[in-house]
Amino acid sequence: MIVCENLQMSVGAFYLDRISLSVPTAAYATLMGPTGCGKTTVLESLCGLHRLRAGRITVDGTDVTNLPPGARGFGYVPQDGAMFPTVDVRGHLEFAPRVHRWPRTKVADRVGELAAALGIAHLLSRRVQGLSGGERQRVALGRAIAARPSALLLDEPLSALDESARDGMISLLREIQQTERITVLHVTHSPREAEALADVSLILEGGAIRPAL
Amino acid sequence: MLAHSRRIGWDWPFWALVVAATAAYLILIVALLAVDAAWTSPHQLLDSLESREIAFSIRLSLFTSTASALLALLVAIPAGYLLSRTQFPGKLLVDVVVDIPIVLPPLVIGLSLLILFRVPIPFTGNPPLRLNDVLPLTYTVGGVVLAQFTVGAAFAVRTMRATFDHLPRRPEDVARVLGCSRAEAVWRVTLPSSRRGMVTAFTLAWARSLGEFGPILVFAGATRLRTEVLPTSVFLELSVGNLEPALAVSLLMVLLSIGVLIVVRSVGDTVGGTHDRL
Repeated sequence: MIVCENLQMSVGAFYLDRISLSVPTAAYATLMGPTGCGKTTVLESLCGLHRLRAGRITVDGTDVTNLPPGARGFGYVPQDGAMFPTVDVRGHLEFAPRVHRWPRTKVADRVGELAAALGIAHLLSRRVQGLSGGERQRVALGRAIAARPSALLLDEPLSALDESARDGMISLLREIQQTERITVLHVTHSPREAEALADVSLILEGGAIRPAL
Repeated sequence: MLAHSRRIGWDWPFWALVVAATAAYLILIVALLAVDAAWTSPHQLLDSLESREIAFSIRLSLFTSTASALLALLVAIPAGYLLSRTQFPGKLLVDVVVDIPIVLPPLVIGLSLLILFRVPIPFTGNPPLRLNDVLPLTYTVGGVVLAQFTVGAAFAVRTMRATFDHLPRRPEDVARVLGCSRAEAVWRVTLPSSRRGMVTAFTLAWARSLGEFGPILVFAGATRLRTEVLPTSVFLELSVGNLEPALAVSLLMVLLSIGVLIVVRSVGDTVGGTHDRL
């Protein structure tokens, strides 16, 4: 469960105050809002990429407000995927488990399991530069959940995909979320995505988060 | 097709100017190399290579240039990262200070190094110690490396900063969220993506060090078989009127520089990803 209470954040001239939200365990939440309202800033602050001026973040009851990004237990997929240019697809899937010092056999099992679930087993030895947009987002999703994080944060992961790839990714996201039983907070500007995916639908508007009607 | 030719037709004064400026510079460089080559026979070049002093200066040049370029890279990576990825009070000043060795006359750098190593260190007794008592580098091979490093590092820092400026930050952010500390994220994600920049920074520092003369002359001296590097050999030969050996050494430096450029271009084409092109 992700709980944010009265978060106060500023990035450059951008400022948000008293941001609160709650996503129940293993629920799929979407966060919508007009362009420039601060959705990405909220997500990056949750990740720990921006220092909060005030407020509290808990994940499954643990206060992570002052923890560094890597100790908060989040998986993260930014808008452009942010692939590692010198690493192949297998390296992406192995990345977080290796950072967390998983045993070699456990890492290999996890990579095989994810590659099959995401339909990218045939791409494992490929560099990311040659992949299509949909393939890249599958790899980014696999990289984010490989080390079994407590929660997954997605920042408009489908915005750069064409219509058919987007439909495929929507089904895949739902399937992966249910298989992994992971809490998801998905930032999007698409009502269609929110409708297809959300258990909890939130909207950021006028500097506050409220349930979408 | 017609539209294309028309476009070229209209633009011809512009293109003529662009080509003329480029050609003028190319002709100057080729002329310099051609007269060097024409003035030196292969026989003289081989004779020079067989000379004990020249052979020593070649070895010392290769050793000191490599050592100073490695040191420059060790400083340039963290300094370039700091200047590229952070905002802090006084950043503009730091930026300017880092560039000073690029604009300072080389002799002034040598003189400043010499004074730095001779200035008494406060509170170190009577007579006070000098930096050279603690770190005896003046008129030594270490001094050659320090003089080369002082200038070469400035070029390497500039290059690494440009490299980090061109690399997107998000992959590093993702690595941090997925469990890496900042240092781990830089090591695992950012540095592998900046290999091309590192090769360029090393090469620029190396090439600059190979050609460095002023600071070495003042700080490390021009002692034969001790602190004599290739530019010093040219100077020493010219100072006693031996034009042919001076030109032979110059030609050798030209060949080394061309060799380095070829190696760097080919290495640069095979390392690095799509995001790390300068």
